[in-house]
Order: sequence, then structure tokens, then C-alpha cells
Amino acid sequence: MTSLVESPEAPPETPDAPPPTRAHRWGKSLLALRDARLAVWLIVPAAFLELIIHIIPMLLGVWIAFTDLDQSNIRNWLQAPFIGLENFFRGLDPSNAIGSEFFATVGRTAIYVLVVLALSWALGMAGAVYLNSKFRGRGLLRTFFLVPYAIPSYVGTIAWAFMFNQRDGVINQILVDTLGLLPERPFWLIGDLSFISLIIVSVWSLWPFAFLMLLAALQNVPEDVYEAAALDGAGNWKQFTRITLPMVNQANAVLVLILGLWLFNQFSIPFVLFGPASPDQAMLVSPLIYQNSFLQWDFGLGGAMSFLLLIALLIVSVFYIRLVLPKGKEDD
Amino acid sequence: MIESRAFKVSRVIVLTLLTLFVLFPLYVVVSTSIKPLSDIGGQFTWIPSTITLQPYIDMWNTVPLLRYFINSLIVTSVATVFSVLISIFASYALARLSFRAKRPFSLIILSTQMFPGILFLLPLFLIFTQIQRLIGLQLNGSYLGLIITYMTFTLPFAIWMLTGYLRSIPASLEEASMIDGTGRMGALFRVVLPVARPGIIAVTVYSFITGWSEVLFASILTNNATRTLPIGLQAHSNEADVLWNQLMAASIFVSLPILLGFLFVQRYLVAGLSAGAVK
Repeated sequence: MTSLVESPEAPPETPDAPPPTRAHRWGKSLLALRDARLAVWLIVPAAFLELIIHIIPMLLGVWIAFTDLDQSNIRNWLQAPFIGLENFFRGLDPSNAIGSEFFATVGRTAIYVLVVLALSWALGMAGAVYLNSKFRGRGLLRTFFLVPYAIPSYVGTIAWAFMFNQRDGVINQILVDTLGLLPERPFWLIGDLSFISLIIVSVWSLWPFAFLMLLAALQNVPEDVYEAAALDGAGNWKQFTRITLPMVNQANAVLVLILGLWLFNQFSIPFVLFGPASPDQAMLVSPLIYQNSFLQWDFGLGGAMSFLLLIALLIVSVFYIRLVLPKGKEDD
Repeated sequence: MIESRAFKVSRVIVLTLLTLFVLFPLYVVVSTSIKPLSDIGGQFTWIPSTITLQPYIDMWNTVPLLRYFINSLIVTSVATVFSVLISIFASYALARLSFRAKRPFSLIILSTQMFPGILFLLPLFLIFTQIQRLIGLQLNGSYLGLIITYMTFTLPFAIWMLTGYLRSIPASLEEASMIDGTGRMGALFRVVLPVARPGIIAVTVYSFITGWSEVLFASILTNNATRTLPIGLQAHSNEADVLWNQLMAASIFVSLPILLGFLFVQRYLVAGLSAGAVK
């Protein structure tokens, strides 16, 4: 293998690599050994960073969950008293206010994920199917549909907050003054309707992502498949259910996982729409942990909730990794 | 596709509705940004009474927009550049070489990529507090602290997406170069990186976009001097008397570079996410 000949760019970490003549004899296993050594050097910076930004903080986070860490001892948190499972009892007991709020928030977040995912998929699919057909202006429309996702999400959210304003927002103006559908102006950013607002803003910003992924999947379907189906007498609807839907299976899997996780971890849209504290009716998991930790300075409780979230995500990640990284396939 | 009449009619209806849904807030933003002060504060007016670019000038004085902008630019660029540089090496190892730690390393990258920032914010905040106490290095409220936290999401994403991209480049290209006498590192720099340029650009732009919109870490770890755009503009939008025309002008101003960057890389984004996510 002439590839073992040292070049000027060869990394200094392999100065003891055997001369080519011996390498020729040892063949492949030696090459593998050299590659493995090089690989270690290549991943060291990333692995070191992973350690300090992810692994150590996560372990510390687990420790926090078992301590009584709050505003009084935050400056000297290493001495925070260890209180065992007390944070979990407080956070997980459905009979007290904190526990019931936690469970309600988990349930609300699940509904939020499902509804936004379903609506984004439906809009994205509709856009993708129609823009996959040929007509004038489709390129322009395609770019235009991506705009809500392509602008920073806080910009879109600030615009919606402006529109949802109770007193002089354009939404109430249309609903009450123009159309006369409602007798008086409802509050969109506090109270029961805040959850609806959150869903609308989230769908608006994220459906283009579903659209983008689904359109890419549809463009991979050869045109003659549809032509053959049409020759066999399949109408447009039948073509959709028999060809289009099965062809986007893989894109669907990616979408559900990526978009589902984004939504489950959603923080920025409620933060910008409602401010640092979400209304109770629109509280999601990440904002709840944020509120307990940084608005009420109860780090122990926030840590306990984070710990439960971590466990839940680890379970999801087992499925995710099985899909993404099948065993034994990592060496391809 | 042979299109039935029903298909064509439904196409017009559906695409019109989608356009209206997308357009409505965008129209509100753009039209508000060119309204004079007298048009805002009361009812929303669909048509500006006069068109003025004054909000685009005044916005710089109403909020410290330039400082927010520079802060965002520094933090996001540094985090992005470091993430991409580090991920080029790690991704090459994951895509091409086999080594013992490969599977555990991939698993860590993959799972941390899906964890929410809130899991890392709380412990990092405490670590930063402790470091400041022990050695006096200020991380809470400083660029450095924010850059470190931004890498919690840019780094795993960059590694994962770039690995997918590098895998899609045929290995025979480098093998040919290595036969010509360059080592692996030579092949990486001379052959792989030039071919992978679109992927690297896409990852860079996308990491930058994510950092540019980041809200969670910046809301805790910045102070008046280091506040970033999203936090600064959000705080302003929550005030009692918001000058909406200026806020909308500022929104357009901070969106344009991101919008153009996104439209430029979106094709690679699809390929990258699909390749990285299902392989």
C-alpha cells in the first residue's frame, strides 16, 4: 500500500509509523492501526469539548436534582445540602400544585407536539404536492414559502405578538371590527387562547421545514411512475395515495423525529411571544424548567425536572439511534 | 403528471390559501416598517398614510441596535467558526476511519444533539459562577461564556451533518490521491475539503443561523453590554410603548442577511439532514 508513504502533511502524531517496506509486509492491519491512531487525534478536540460542554454539565445537572439549591446558597453551590429524592417528591406528587403543574405541562407539551406536527405536515404536504406539478411561477412560490422558516424565528414571533395584541392588534381588528365574528376583543397572549396562539405561531414558522423535506422527497419520484399509473387509469387522488404517500415514508420519519424533538424542546417561540414567563395555559416543558430555575431560583426543582426530561429523551434517543445508526453499520 | 381539472382547481385554491397564511404576517411587518409614527399606536392601518424610511434611521437610537448587532455577530461567528473547524476533523474520522471509540463517540454526538439547551444552561451557569469565584474569569455575561454555550448546539449539529456529507463523497477520490503519495491528512486537505466545500458552507451558514436566533442561553448569560439581538428586540417588544414601526424595521434589517444565507444553502440543508438523519 503506497498510501503509507509519509507526506509532508503527515501529522506529527505518527512519527513512529514503520517505514513503507515493513508496512508492505504487514499490510492491512497496520494501515488500520495507523488510521485508528490518526482518528484519535482527529476527534480529540471535539471529544474534549463534548466533555466540558455536554457530559460534565449533564452529570452536574443530575447532582443538582438531589440537592436543595436555591437563591440562598447559589453563590456557594458546592456546599448545597444533599436532600435525596425530596425534589422529585415535590415535583412529581400530582396532589400538590407543583407536581400537578408538571404533569399537566408534560401532557400539554405532548399535545402541542402532535398538533403542530400534524398541521405542519398537512400544510407542507399540500404545498409540496402542488409545487411538484408544473406551472408558471412555481420556483418563485417555492422560495416564498420558505421565508417564515428562513427568517430568524424571533422576528416572526415578534410580528405575531404585534398582531395578537388585544387592544389594537390586527387579528382582533379583523375578527371583531371587520368580520364581526366576536362581540368583544379576546386576549390572545394570556389565558386560554394563548395555547392556540402558540400553536399558530409555531405552525407558521415551522411548516416550511416540512414543506422543504417533503418536496425534496417528491422530487426524487421519477415522473414516468406517475405517467405509468395514469395510463393504468389511476386518477390524481389515487396517484397521491398509492405513489406519493409511500414515497415520502423516509422523509416522514426524519420529519417526525427532527421536528418532533424541536417542538418538544421548544423554548424560543413562547419566550418571545409571551415574555420570560409563559401563561399557565401555554406552558411547555422547557419554559417550565426555566421558570423554576431562573425566575423562582429553585434550582433543585428545576434540576429534578431536567433529570426526568433527560431520562425521557434518553428513551426516545434509543429509538432515534436505532433508526439513524443501525448496529454494525457504523463502519461503512 | 396528467392533471385533472379538479387537481388544477384545487391547486389554485390551496396555494392561494398557503400564500395568504405566509404573506399576512410578512405584510404586517413590511408595511409597519415604512409607516410614520402617526400611523402606529392606534388601530392597525392596512395602507400607510405616507411611506417613510424614517423608522430605518430612528431605530438605531431607540434601542442600542448596533451594539446588539455586534454582540450577536461576535458570539455567533466565533462559535460557528470553531464548531466548523473542529467538526471537519471529527467528521472526517467518523466518515472514513474505523476506530474503537467510534460508536460511543457517535452516540454521544447524536444524543446531545437532541437534548434541549435547558439541560445544559443550568449546570453551565453554576460552573461559570464557580469559575469566576475561583479564578476571577468572568463567564456569565461575557462573550466567552456565551460562545461556549452556543457550541453546545452548533458543534454536535455540525459534526453530524458534515459526517453525512463526507460519507456521500466517494472514497476513491482520496484513495487515488493517497496512491499518488499524499497521506491521509494531505488527502483530506487537498482532495476532500475542496470537494466538500458546498457541505462545509451549508453547515457554516446553518450553524450561524441557529446561533443568530438563539434565545435561551442569551436570556440568562448576557448583560446590558453583551445583550444579543433576539433578547434586545424581545425585551423592547415587551415594553409598554413600543415603537412598532421601528421594531419592524429593525426586524427586517436583522433578517435580511439570514434570509439570503438560508435561501442560498437550503438545497444542501435537505441533503444534509436526510443523509445525517437516515443513513
